[in-house]
Amino acid sequence: MNDAGSPLIEVQGLEAWYGKRRILHDIDFRVDAGEIRVIMGGSGSGKSTLLRHLLGLHQPTRGCIRVFGVDIARAGPRELQKVRRRLGVSFQGGALLTSLTVGENVALPLREHHADLSENQIRIMSRMKLEVVNLGGFHDLMPSQLSGGMVKRAALARAIVMDPQLLFFDEPSAGLDPVVSAELDELILRLRDALRMTIVVVTHELESAFKIADTITVLDEGRVLMTDTVDAVRRSDNERIQDLLNRRPREVVVDADAYLRRLTEEEA
Amino acid sequence: MSATPGQPLAALGRATVQSVAGFGYAGMLLAESLWFTFWGWRRGQPVRLSAIVAEMRRVGADALPIVCLLSFTIGIMLGIQFIAALKEFGAQSQVIVAVAKSVTREFGALITAILVAGRSGSALAARIGSMTVSQEVDALAVIGIEPVRYLVAPALIAMLIMLPVLTIFADAVAILGAALYSAPALNVTPQAYVMQTLSLLSPGDLWQGIGKSAVFAVLITLIGCSTGFSVTGGAEGVGRATTRAVVLSICYIIIADMIFSYFLNR
Repeated sequence: MNDAGSPLIEVQGLEAWYGKRRILHDIDFRVDAGEIRVIMGGSGSGKSTLLRHLLGLHQPTRGCIRVFGVDIARAGPRELQKVRRRLGVSFQGGALLTSLTVGENVALPLREHHADLSENQIRIMSRMKLEVVNLGGFHDLMPSQLSGGMVKRAALARAIVMDPQLLFFDEPSAGLDPVVSAELDELILRLRDALRMTIVVVTHELESAFKIADTITVLDEGRVLMTDTVDAVRRSDNERIQDLLNRRPREVVVDADAYLRRLTEEEA
Repeated sequence: MSATPGQPLAALGRATVQSVAGFGYAGMLLAESLWFTFWGWRRGQPVRLSAIVAEMRRVGADALPIVCLLSFTIGIMLGIQFIAALKEFGAQSQVIVAVAKSVTREFGALITAILVAGRSGSALAARIGSMTVSQEVDALAVIGIEPVRYLVAPALIAMLIMLPVLTIFADAVAILGAALYSAPALNVTPQAYVMQTLSLLSPGDLWQGIGKSAVFAVLITLIGCSTGFSVTGGAEGVGRATTRAVVLSICYIIIADMIFSYFLNR
């Protein structure tokens, strides 16, 4: 596993294709321990695909992804399992198992990976993590009984229950009102400071990204436009980045022939 | 745009590739489920007994009333048909053997499997499909829980235990239904009818139905799970997968039954 000082995540020459469509183009970046990295981009920029590759849910067509020093695309099941025990993920919709209570969802990783823990210890640990995300009294409720913001916080409690070193968020603010979204941003900052986690956030919410990020990787059409500090991204003279920051719609040029050609190709 | 002559051929080719891929995927699910069942504990991924018991209750215990009701009805129907048909040849007394053999070798397993495919196969596809759409399957994988071990293996084991059990119940209840209807027509008591049925049946008759039901159990589980994992397109996709799982399961059950019947009764 990784040495002290080496990056927690290192991506080199990552390419991803879905059928005939190239989604990611030669992606390179690294995430160092203790930082909050925001991967930012518009819809269809490839940020969710990149996240799925970082989690080992997709195999890259080309390139290398090292997490904790392990090449996760070529790792065996045991090695991948070890990596996954050291990371937590908060999915966009929460992805809580609807057949389990909130408490059972949070306790699930402990039950699976710590057979040595007693039922009482598991209950105490899962309640503690629910307290961290301000859901102390919600242990016995079903996910369907929670609001959108609560589901995300419960998912966060599940993600941190194993005290991971690396935490991923997929669109944490999506579908939340500004107040709840701001609360979640505060929670992410608190987690980094209190638990010394390295955090990777995938989002298209500019306000949230600027608030929480130490560094930002801007993606556009599957390419990394830049990776730098918040201030440097703000000052960037890259036209696409400025379009994104100023919410300028992209100029749409309708090429009828190209459109028909694409339709025919997709049909075939 | 007009259709080119090669297009139907291309469509056939794509469908063939998709079918082969589907078989391959189902085969992989089966192999992984068996691996986790027998060796998963060595990798810290055991198939939990509690999950198997919960599936057994869903697949078996909860289906028992409807299986019994339908089997009883089918037993009566068989009694009616065989009496009517055999009467023409003056062979009414052969009703007992005809019902006994057809129920244990064929109808018990077939009707139970079709019912379970509609009930539990569709539920499996819907459950796994909605979990796929809402990223719960991804969440399991990232937590370090193999989705096949957590979702498929318990369902497969439960189905392999409960479908043969339900088939035995279905056999017994169908014969009882036939006995209650046919006994007066044959001038025997229902008890005598049942006793004669038992004396006519060989273990091979029962094993034929039970063996088929085990194969049907594998088919229902694999089709339900593989269609569930392949869901795309949100809630509509889940609905499509559920329908597809039921239709495919019933088709494969009937085809498999025909193949078994051909080879086992030559």
